[in-house]
Amino acid sequence: MIEGINNFILRNARVIDPFTGEDSVRDIGVMDGVLVNPEGVLNPLEIDLKGLVAAPGFIDIHVHLRQPGKTEAETIATGTMAAAAGGFTGIVPMPNTSPACDNASTIEYLRRHTAVDGVVRVYPCGTLTKNYAGEEMAPIGSLKNAGVMALSDDGRCVQNHDLMRHIVEYAKQFELPILDHCEENYLKGSGYVHEGKWSVLLGMTGIPSASEALMVARDIMLAKLVDWKIHIQHISAKDSVELVRRARKEGIKISAEATPHHIALTDEYIKRYDTNYKMNPPLRSEEDRLAIIEALADDTITVIATDHAPHTQTSKLVEFDQAPFGIIGLETALPVTLTELYHAGVLSLPQLISKFTVGPAEVLGLRNHSLALGNPADITIFDPDFEYVIDKKQFYSKSRNTPFAGMTVKGKVRGTMVCGRLVYDDLAEQRMA
Amino acid sequence: METVWTRKDLLSLYDLSADEIIFLLDTAEEFKKVSERNVKKVPALRGKTVVNFFVEPSTRTRVSFELAEQRLSADIINVQASTSSLKKGETLLDTIKNLEALQVDLFVMRHASPGAQYFIAENTKCGVVNAGDGAHSHPTQALLDLFTIREKKGHIDGLKVTILGDILHSRVARSNIWGLLKLGAEVTVAGPPTLVPREFESIGVKVCHNLKDAVRDADVVNVLRIQHERLNASFFPSDSEYASFYGIKPGILDYMKPDTIIMHPGPINRDVEISSAVADGSRSVILEQVTNGLAVRMAVLFLVAGCVKK
Repeated sequence: MIEGINNFILRNARVIDPFTGEDSVRDIGVMDGVLVNPEGVLNPLEIDLKGLVAAPGFIDIHVHLRQPGKTEAETIATGTMAAAAGGFTGIVPMPNTSPACDNASTIEYLRRHTAVDGVVRVYPCGTLTKNYAGEEMAPIGSLKNAGVMALSDDGRCVQNHDLMRHIVEYAKQFELPILDHCEENYLKGSGYVHEGKWSVLLGMTGIPSASEALMVARDIMLAKLVDWKIHIQHISAKDSVELVRRARKEGIKISAEATPHHIALTDEYIKRYDTNYKMNPPLRSEEDRLAIIEALADDTITVIATDHAPHTQTSKLVEFDQAPFGIIGLETALPVTLTELYHAGVLSLPQLISKFTVGPAEVLGLRNHSLALGNPADITIFDPDFEYVIDKKQFYSKSRNTPFAGMTVKGKVRGTMVCGRLVYDDLAEQRMA
Repeated sequence: METVWTRKDLLSLYDLSADEIIFLLDTAEEFKKVSERNVKKVPALRGKTVVNFFVEPSTRTRVSFELAEQRLSADIINVQASTSSLKKGETLLDTIKNLEALQVDLFVMRHASPGAQYFIAENTKCGVVNAGDGAHSHPTQALLDLFTIREKKGHIDGLKVTILGDILHSRVARSNIWGLLKLGAEVTVAGPPTLVPREFESIGVKVCHNLKDAVRDADVVNVLRIQHERLNASFFPSDSEYASFYGIKPGILDYMKPDTIIMHPGPINRDVEISSAVADGSRSVILEQVTNGLAVRMAVLFLVAGCVKK
């Protein structure tokens, strides 16, 4: 972080702004935290971004910060720094902390600590139900007053359809989107990997795709009934994707996110018994993976989110079925998706950037997030072609539970600017005299 | 015999080549002769310490291993989950590291989690012999089944083998399938659709839900135990309905070839998956499997111990 310098001219950037459709090489002016005409910037620090892309700040709407409650795995300070290093200028931390974000006081705690320790913007999220137990509605109005921008019981799924219907109805009056972890508990049972060829061959207990698809279908029905926004978190199954595609064609207010690991990996990796391949929803089959990629290409899936889930080495270095679900993702999301989607020829750069910007902003109802003059200077700067090997020792996250360590990727975050402050800075060589 | 064995661990038959499996079986033949002698003990593992680490209950496999270790003159430590520090919250890896610090050589390990022995083998210099990991693998059981089949039929290549029962939860089935496929047998898995996943077809195994069709051409029928302790949901209506649709009883023998042998890994639920008349009848090789298990485990311990470098 560079204290005291708030004014920049970012020269020769390839500006890709999916909000406006712009893709051109130009200079960007930043003064007092706001995007301005470069000619009017007083006392600027000039940085030459030739060959680099500048985009509206990336938003990850699915992150676990673990504070309060599990700060041995991550904190607001380390998690938001990991976000900055991953190119994210804003994140939505899931409310399944301990205590849970199911009351205004915990949201106030979160806001107070992010004001001090937060490196990027933190958009608070409250639970759907008390202690995300799926039994009683959380105080959604008070949560709204405390500043939440979305609601989720992530990690669990409300099984009672009547309660869920009322939550969606009640949330609508406060214009709070529902982010839903879709999982039917009977079909899930004690499963911990995808039910398919590999679970059968390895003798592991599977979670059938139907467990997810059933609740995706439920949410589509409720979004239609109530006419309000439900966003499907970490969609993993082909059947779920097809349900969402059909619903969106009908105009139902449904959106969906995919994680980098469901884009890049399949259940075949579980044969290594490495708990860094254990997450929920589980890695599924190649057919499911290809369906997710196709859905990203046709805009059925409008968001890429990481489900960044830090766990200590101690908790992960155990028998596979006894390890907690989840992997970290903030610092690998852009390189992995650039490699798997852009360099693989599936998405153009503007399309890929849209999944990190326009898609999440639409879910949250954020305005003023484009690179238009007058907007806050939230900018993600990256080199789309830089090739390197992911080294988990370099992560800012407090945890190291990633399956991507050692992977060769093409694409690197070089700078992250939040409200005119360069909070992640790998641009030393680009400084102009 | 020139050795083709270079592994410090025996984790799954999936990992082994056909040559390695045959070498194990040939070595077991030599050890079978030891148990037929007057003096049933050899000094092959003298000075070596074997830990029988059972994190899941077992009687016959543990006894078979322990006797095999005694006949090889090893020093033996028995650790059971109920009395170990796992109950006090120590991690599995810490328990293993503490035992390793006592300069032991081999772990014979049973665990309820699939892959647990892979996890341990990667993190210890000691040898690891898998005595069953959840529903995944039980390689010495499959080796003793292969040994028995080869002894009875003279070969394994080209035989038709039907594995019948709760395939879904069975490490015996998963290990037998890989061993049989690698040695050239045709494998059919049979039983109710709730317990016989279709996904086995992806590796060239036939899936069948009709008992008569499943046994008609079989040279070997391996009957699995209905594992009541793993059936935590409703997979079939009752033991009596299971017995009537899938139980091996005298009437079913009429549909088989006259020289079909009947196997069972034990312990048997009499008159559920197999009737007493068949279990105790002339086609049954169930007790010979138990005898051969000792020879196979002696061979495995001997070969694995020879590859532990410390």
